Amino acid sequence: MLLVLEQTLNGLQYGVMLLLMAAGLTLVFGIMNLVNLAHGSLYMVGAYLATGFHQWTGSFLVAVPLALAATLVVGIVVEVVALRTLYERDHLDQVLATFGLILFFNELVAIVWGRAALYTSLPGWLSGHMLVLPGVRYPVYRALVILVGLVVAALLYLMVTRTRLGMLIRAGASNRTMVAALGVNIRLLYTVVFGFGAALAGLAGLMAGPIYAVQPGMGEQILIQVFVVIVIGGIGSIRGAVIGAVIVGMVDTLGRAFLKPMLSTVLSPSAADTAGPALASMLIYMLMAAVLAVRPQGLFPVR
Amino acid sequence: MARSPRALTLAAGVLGLALVPVGAELLNQPFYVDLFRRIMIFAIAALSLDLILGYGGMVSFGHAAYLGIGAYAVGVLTHHGIANGYLQWSLAILGSALVALAIGAVSIRTSGVYFIMITLAFTQMLYYLGISIEEYGGDDGMRLAVRSQFPGLLDLRNGTAFYYLVLAILLLFLLLGQRLVNARFGMVIRAARSNEPRARAIGFSPYRYKLTAFVISGAMCGLAGALLVNHTEYLTPEFMHWTRSGEIMFMVILGGIGTLMGPVLGAVVFLLLEDVLSAWTVHWQIILGPLLVLVVLFAKKGLIGLVPEEAPPGG
Repeated sequence: MLLVLEQTLNGLQYGVMLLLMAAGLTLVFGIMNLVNLAHGSLYMVGAYLATGFHQWTGSFLVAVPLALAATLVVGIVVEVVALRTLYERDHLDQVLATFGLILFFNELVAIVWGRAALYTSLPGWLSGHMLVLPGVRYPVYRALVILVGLVVAALLYLMVTRTRLGMLIRAGASNRTMVAALGVNIRLLYTVVFGFGAALAGLAGLMAGPIYAVQPGMGEQILIQVFVVIVIGGIGSIRGAVIGAVIVGMVDTLGRAFLKPMLSTVLSPSAADTAGPALASMLIYMLMAAVLAVRPQGLFPVR
Repeated sequence: MARSPRALTLAAGVLGLALVPVGAELLNQPFYVDLFRRIMIFAIAALSLDLILGYGGMVSFGHAAYLGIGAYAVGVLTHHGIANGYLQWSLAILGSALVALAIGAVSIRTSGVYFIMITLAFTQMLYYLGISIEEYGGDDGMRLAVRSQFPGLLDLRNGTAFYYLVLAILLLFLLLGQRLVNARFGMVIRAARSNEPRARAIGFSPYRYKLTAFVISGAMCGLAGALLVNHTEYLTPEFMHWTRSGEIMFMVILGGIGTLMGPVLGAVVFLLLEDVLSAWTVHWQIILGPLLVLVVLFAKKGLIGLVPEEAPPGG
């Protein structure tokens, strides 16, 4: 029972990281109609920059804002240099060009930091465990990730629904020509939204650093799971991204933890050993297929 | 009979490919037979993708899946002591056709960016499946104990014989593709690509045609997978990695989308480029990546676009 609670928290923690990624990806797609495969690269860049700044300054707390700001800058540079010309192109061109960017970024970090995985150490006050319930201990850092993720999600929701920038974002998503005609600098708006999405990906990446290994190509694995999230939720829908992220985070984490023991109650141990991990890694894709079979536009399509 | 520049290019290309083993022998560089065999195998994969991408407008970002299914059909049977090539290759084709049927049935219900993401996600699912099955090597992969056996017909251990077999299959598929895209079937696919509601309005059900094309394409790519694992003599889930799908797609775009020669040309140029760049620096992808972006931005019709389609008037 305690294990179930712990794994549920892990699922939530993974879910909020997927959410930070999905929010940026779905905003960029919903507003600019841009399929950005390189979103995972920004996650990776965030993780590497945080590790790099951490080693350089010796302080995790200083490294975090520096890495966030730097990822924001990287995102803006990428938008201005490479992506700006792609908005009017079809999706195939966008997919290929951003695929090219992935190769570039993977190789770039390999040149700067090498191909071997980096492991970041946490400051003492973050590396312990805390008591969630009597008898249930949970890593402080993972709890912090959940908290930060939820707070950022709430802020994002407030920003999109309550602020002037959010109003422009929503307006730009429904009719960009009209927004431009009303005198809004749509180019600048796009750059801001993209940079903002990059910073969210960077935040997910820098929080992932101490939990998973930091290595070239780390962005792709999560990117594909984020695709599953936004396909399930409905592309361009923030609400869909939130709910899809939590579902995928939970299903993936709980599947990996409990599918094997559950199968071993009905199958022979060796069969369960083989089928368990295989099925667990396929679970979210089966979920996606099931959702699509019923609702081809996702659970919460945008209008 | 007037010969268009493209027909001449094709003839020159086929002749060139046919002469590679002879040239390699003369120069005493057997490495080239290996390199061009690999190029042709990828040309088959790229050609199969272009049939649905270029003609059907289906941006499948998961073509590596069929490469993997074909390779696993050969690898797994060999692992269990069945090296009969007829059986292995039939299973490779049948297996990838079935998987394509399953993936296609779900993905073709959607379109646009959903289609891209779903084909990508399903391929990734197969990739992780390959990684998690320890018996067939897991993520380390496993060596192919012996190449597919065709007793009495052909010995794949003979590099040159294998080379000409691959060339023959490539030519067969080019011919098949030519017949297919110009047949009524191909016309429906192309009509569905340019205007699906209209195709439906004149009485076709594009879904079934598109799904059939998807399955044919998957089956062709499955055979390429069977060839590839015989070529590398090593089975690894990396065949199905999603960057592989991206590379195959890049070959199609680089050479020229919606043409039959384009993918072949793209495979030749891409893999030669990879060969040259990787000999020059281990970080060749940092050059390839931006190059890809530039090709997308500036060379819309691909390399084949440089060769005129019709002979100049009076020529």
